[in-house]
Amino acid sequence: MTIALTSRIARRFADLRAAGELGIITYITAGDPTLSATRDYVLALAEAGADVIELGVPFSDPLADGPTIQRASERALKSGTTLAGVIALVHQIRQSSQVPLVLFSYFNPILQMGLKKFAAVASEAGADGVLVTDLTPEESAEYREIMQAHHLDTIFLAAPTSTDERLVKIAACSSGFLYLISRTGVTGAKEALPDDLPALLRRVRNFTQLPIAVGFGISLPVHVSVLGGLADAAVVGSALVSEIEKAASPEAAATALRARVRALKEAASQGLSRREATR
Amino acid sequence: MRMLGAEVIGVESGSRTLKDAINEAMRDWVTNVRTSHYLLGSVLGAHPYPTMVRDFQAVIGREARAQILEAEKRLPTHLYACVGGGSNSIGLFYEFLKDADVKLVGIEAGGRGNGLGEHAARLAAHQGFSGARPGVLQGTYTYVLQNEDGQIASTHSISAGLDYPAIGPEHAWLADQRRAEYAAVSDQAALDAAQLLSPTEGIIPALESAHALAGLIERLPQFKPSDLVIMNLSGRGDKDMDTYTRLLGKLT
Repeated sequence: MTIALTSRIARRFADLRAAGELGIITYITAGDPTLSATRDYVLALAEAGADVIELGVPFSDPLADGPTIQRASERALKSGTTLAGVIALVHQIRQSSQVPLVLFSYFNPILQMGLKKFAAVASEAGADGVLVTDLTPEESAEYREIMQAHHLDTIFLAAPTSTDERLVKIAACSSGFLYLISRTGVTGAKEALPDDLPALLRRVRNFTQLPIAVGFGISLPVHVSVLGGLADAAVVGSALVSEIEKAASPEAAATALRARVRALKEAASQGLSRREATR
Repeated sequence: MRMLGAEVIGVESGSRTLKDAINEAMRDWVTNVRTSHYLLGSVLGAHPYPTMVRDFQAVIGREARAQILEAEKRLPTHLYACVGGGSNSIGLFYEFLKDADVKLVGIEAGGRGNGLGEHAARLAAHQGFSGARPGVLQGTYTYVLQNEDGQIASTHSISAGLDYPAIGPEHAWLADQRRAEYAAVSDQAALDAAQLLSPTEGIIPALESAHALAGLIERLPQFKPSDLVIMNLSGRGDKDMDTYTRLLGKLT
């Protein structure tokens, strides 16, 4: 347990909790459009205050992703991005930033590298956690054992359709934080959060002491304001990937990412009183 | 499909083959999961789908076994079926698994060559088809055509139903157990088989099923007169008339 308490992810959530502030977790696809651009984007996100950064490992068949991240994955694969390349990028980022980093991947690239080799090199490079979108708790025992042995947090997804029995299982398999999907569906920015999200969050709270991060469909400061007091962190992905997609240059993309995250962080810090009122 | 009353939504993502259609179907399903149910015509996807589809398709083998026992008073020596995901083949094979003397043969799409991207042969490494290793695609752990980094390979087959980089997991198991054998035939062999069957029997086969027939034809010299074969002609060629017209039209 001492390991969990001293991990970068746990420390960051402890700090956020102490400050009564909602964390901002950002997702971008590594290698979109190149790994060196991604390094600059990660440093920009960290500088703007991102609390945790998820680095998407591009996959040919991103089942859980909507069109925005599908296109990002295609661009990243086209530029030759591999899992080994993404891990090397983590190592590079660690030369200049201690921001908590989560590798967000589908299972097959990890399986092909080998679970043990992956865990060893990812941990050595400085990754803090792993989220495998298409690995179910039922199939995860060996994976979790290996990740834990290398001090990598294992983050699992819970959905609005997860039953109470399943939430028990998901919570037991998760470390670092629990990722709650806000609505049924794939990744992608939406205008409004679902009405039943507060009730869902309260239900999930009954099953875990871990911080709860809410993702899928979150893009705007107003979403973050609503989540203050209910969740521990908001995950923003497709909205950031869209900025990268439409930017005229990597520099313009970095600037847009910084502005996005600053606005989200500002909304999160203003949600402070609501959070204390409901906790 | 539209004539039969279905609404058909074309897939624009990825390589626009069967795997991409399955990706899109799964994305739609998780989005509308409260009001819809996922149905897949093949033994693919996460548990329990491969088992469910196997059990539904097993009627093929039950009826075939009953009919051949009635007609011939003995079990067949060989079963032939094409294998994309592998639903018609597992449906035929399943009832005969306990009959150890019945040889089960699955025929895959050999496409236009042995290189990765040229074929959809997952269990035919013995014929030089490259790129298949155990992996996970769409919730199934099975043999998957992929590159060194675990990215799923593009595939090629003249037949849409066989043009898929993974194989139903029970086939992977039957292959590992050596209970069934698998081999691939080329696009051209399938076309030739369709051209043989059509005038001979008056049946225009689906291109998928033409692969099973081509596999059988290739092995004809090895058969004994006493052998008794069931080949599953799993589909009609109506859906393939465009392809037949395009590829065979110029021959006349």
